[in-house]
Amino acid sequence: MSLNRLKSFSKIENNGLSPFPQTLVNHNLSLTRDQTITLQINIGLHCNQVCRHCHLDAGPHRENDMMSRETMDRVIRFAAGNAFKVIDITGGAPELHPDLEYFIRKLKSYSNRLILRSNLTMLHEKGEALMDVLRETGTDIVASFPSLNDVQTAAIRGKGCFDISVLTLKKLNDFGYGKEDSGLCLDLVVNPSGAFLPPSQASQEKRFRKVLKQKCGIVFNNLYTFANVPLGRFLKWLEDSGNFEKYVEKLSSAFNPCTVDGLMCKTLISVSWDGYLYDCDFNQASGQFLGNRKLHISEINDPPEPGGHIATDYHCYTCTAGSGFT
Amino acid sequence: METYYKPEDLPKFQEIGKEAPDLAKKFFEYYNTVFEEGELTEREKSLIALAVAHAVQCPYCIDAYTQTCLEKGSHLGEMTEAIHVAVAIRGGASLVHGLQMHNAADKISM
Repeated sequence: MSLNRLKSFSKIENNGLSPFPQTLVNHNLSLTRDQTITLQINIGLHCNQVCRHCHLDAGPHRENDMMSRETMDRVIRFAAGNAFKVIDITGGAPELHPDLEYFIRKLKSYSNRLILRSNLTMLHEKGEALMDVLRETGTDIVASFPSLNDVQTAAIRGKGCFDISVLTLKKLNDFGYGKEDSGLCLDLVVNPSGAFLPPSQASQEKRFRKVLKQKCGIVFNNLYTFANVPLGRFLKWLEDSGNFEKYVEKLSSAFNPCTVDGLMCKTLISVSWDGYLYDCDFNQASGQFLGNRKLHISEINDPPEPGGHIATDYHCYTCTAGSGFT
Repeated sequence: METYYKPEDLPKFQEIGKEAPDLAKKFFEYYNTVFEEGELTEREKSLIALAVAHAVQCPYCIDAYTQTCLEKGSHLGEMTEAIHVAVAIRGGASLVHGLQMHNAADKISM
């Protein structure tokens, strides 16, 4: 856990913010692991963008923080020995990893659903060669597309990202992604462009579907709205802009006990680029290991047992706010 | 600096019900129902509210509905256009009264 993070949250705790485990107790809830069905792998923090809401502080400056081939092979062996329903490759921009194609081709046979998370701009740069691999292996794409507005997108992700993202979505549609009966799933992820909660998923999906179809002829399968997590670069922005306390209060006051049973950390195991294990990608960012125990992928053969401890902290209020994190 | 409008008063809005609870209850029930999705979406209604907030120049409402508009998925371009609608109606309402001025002037002028 970084020193800055500790300072920020201890200040707000002194102002009466209830620690996350205490809030669970207050609602007679417990948070423990179920059967693990998803293997999420962060193959590196190198990214072509410097998004202001990034909880991992990924960017061009992280080019050395990439998963080695040896660690990839350990992940592949781990996946081969366990029947994960979903394998989810994320980053950084995973497209920047030189062994991405190798990794995808190996993992494909070990799960029903393989997902690649993309910021779209790097996929645009890699072009049709990578899209061909993704189509051939039936890899689904979950793409960041924060807004229907150029200015709002630029504020989060940088100038020019909106137009490139639209071009990439059109190209993916040409490859069959997002089209009915193609079997190639294209999902969009929308994040708010600041210190406020996201709109309801259903209303936003309806609006994006209508506008993207009418204005750009783009189709997609599902849209997910995620609140920004007060970690990494987004935490720094919250502090610098004087929004930190109000934002965390907003998240905690929107605590919805009904979300706890469906939290992804109950059924997911997250591997960092250097091979360590976590309960989720956000715990990677805050440096909290799986069940608060430092463990490397080379040290295990099986996922954690149901009933096991899940590491939590204040940032967990993000996943329990409103309708929660899917 | 001491001001008439205090941001910390906004979350206390419901306290207005202390002196007339029945009326407040009816008002807040009506208020909440108005903003539910109907023929218009919640997002569209929050844009109307933002525009009206500017027309009635209520700092509390401007603060609250700026936030609500963003949380309902609107962007700054849409929100600015909504305010221009209020401005156009306010300005138009003033200007159209110029016809009364013309009528009054015509009546007493040669």
